[in-house]
Amino acid sequence: MSSARPLLMMTVVAVMALLLGICGGAYRLNPSSLLSSEGMDLHVLWNIRLPRVLLAILVGASLSVGGASLQAVVRNPLADPALLGISTGGALGAALALVLMDGEHTWLPQRMAPYVIHLMAFTGALAATLLCVRMATRDGVTGSAQLVLCGVALNALCAALLGILIYTANDAQLRSITFWTTGSLAAASWGTLGSGAWVLVLGVMALLLLAHPLDVLLLGDREAGHLGIPSSRTKRKAVLWMALCVGVSVSLCGSVAFLGLVVPHAARLLLGPAHRTLLPACALCGAALLILADLVCRTALAPAELPVGLLTSLLGAPLFMALLLGRTGTGRLT
Amino acid sequence: MNPQRFHLACVLLTACHAQPSVPATTPRIITVGAAITETVFALGAENDVVGVDTTSVFPARAAALPKVGFGRQLGAEGLLALKPTTLLLSLEAGPPAVLQQLKQAGVRLHVLADAATPEGARSRILQAGEALGRTAEAQALLTSVDEEWRSAQAIVRSATSSPRVLFIYARGAGTVLGAGGDTPASEMIRLAGGINALQDQRGFKPLSAESLLVALPDIIVLPTHGLTSLGGKEAILTMPGVAQTPAGKAGRIVDLDAALIMGFTPRFADGVTQLARAIHPELSAAGAP
Repeated sequence: MSSARPLLMMTVVAVMALLLGICGGAYRLNPSSLLSSEGMDLHVLWNIRLPRVLLAILVGASLSVGGASLQAVVRNPLADPALLGISTGGALGAALALVLMDGEHTWLPQRMAPYVIHLMAFTGALAATLLCVRMATRDGVTGSAQLVLCGVALNALCAALLGILIYTANDAQLRSITFWTTGSLAAASWGTLGSGAWVLVLGVMALLLLAHPLDVLLLGDREAGHLGIPSSRTKRKAVLWMALCVGVSVSLCGSVAFLGLVVPHAARLLLGPAHRTLLPACALCGAALLILADLVCRTALAPAELPVGLLTSLLGAPLFMALLLGRTGTGRLT
Repeated sequence: MNPQRFHLACVLLTACHAQPSVPATTPRIITVGAAITETVFALGAENDVVGVDTTSVFPARAAALPKVGFGRQLGAEGLLALKPTTLLLSLEAGPPAVLQQLKQAGVRLHVLADAATPEGARSRILQAGEALGRTAEAQALLTSVDEEWRSAQAIVRSATSSPRVLFIYARGAGTVLGAGGDTPASEMIRLAGGINALQDQRGFKPLSAESLLVALPDIIVLPTHGLTSLGGKEAILTMPGVAQTPAGKAGRIVDLDAALIMGFTPRFADGVTQLARAIHPELSAAGAP
């Protein structure tokens, strides 16, 4: 099979990124003192670096696979969760949960708080997706430019609502909310992984299993129906799992933009549009890319750090512009 | 392995185990927050400080140290790379998850008083002294700070006017914020015998031409970097609304060092004195003692 080799290569790259991510960092690990299992080196490796790299894998894979699935559902390769306001919707949901669950009048045990935040982020992301797609769809056709424009509008609305929340939030809440607006993996720990990792694994697995129906969807709604796979069901499932992936990612580490756009695009160039190979490739490349981006962020300015969301935007935005220019050049955007 | 070596190895191993509770070597301190950095330096611990946050620019030696980033966005690994033993933090330092990781790594975390008042500055000195095992130095510093504070109060008492003071925090023409009644700058104005022209406002809010005309300040005070970012005194006089205020008509615009008038560092009494001299014309006319 022709796609086996690129996938194997991507696996190798992802494993190498993983090793680089674990070995590299501001704190210089000393292999000999690692083995002695005494002191700081092991702590840095086990409690700080490893959870962070694992979170990068999960979030990178979730956003990339989520982005690719979203692009299949709306049949538009420009659809990116951050661009369409889905990430901001998730951040809004999470912030809302945070402000409502103020420490003084908690109606929940503290242990449940992360799950409520995840749930609200998921709800926000799902609501934003449905709203955006509904607004952009006329007579069953989702316009390319329409979708991006609706995303811009939705992004602005969610950002404004976030602004209102920021205005009313107390100082501690404020810190978490500003954390969400620029994505960062700095808060990764076994605790945060424990509350969200399995949800992301579940979401990515579910989307990977949807690869065949998504391929059928590419043929067209009617053709899919003839093949016994009703496209509306496929779309509904894909959107649901995508919103889960994006929402929980945002709730864990904030909004990391353009990953869901850049990675599927690169993978499509290498492997073609078939989701059976595209989605695993997105998972591998997304994980590798986010590990490496985060590695740059935590070493470039050491001992200070750069939020990784800034870096992905810095890399992704020019690519998005290039895509837009390329598409208008062929007159296909409108 | 001969018995002597074995014995030595045992001693070394026990010593290693004992290390977290009693730091054997000199402390390695990271300070987060300008006022905290200044306090630690004033306590004579400057040789032990290995890193500071981006806001710590005074004294010059602190500014030259490795920067661990903005206090609210610390990174655990970068900080640990400096091999700190002790972290002195302001209340707003974070994110909490990173602080938790540092604590688990065996770094001693001390969150110091945050109050922007003379009392806050005093308790910061005491708490920092306690955290660093420099209680004697803290007492000595406190004595001299109290001394300066008493003479500053005497100077303020000799003032006869009570001008309306507007404090502007600016980062270029796009961000011109006025200090409300609950800000550190407002407390400084009160201590210096002035009235905050924006007493009823909360926090720092963008300044509009109309709010200037309601505030009617007799004098406008800015941090020095803010004045230069706006393009100097003349540029401020041409800002909408400023020319119509008493301060604008009289051209009374003063700049002072930001850390002095906002920080409540150990030099706060000096800040109060300078501010008092700037806002009360009768004090500078009488000549500096």
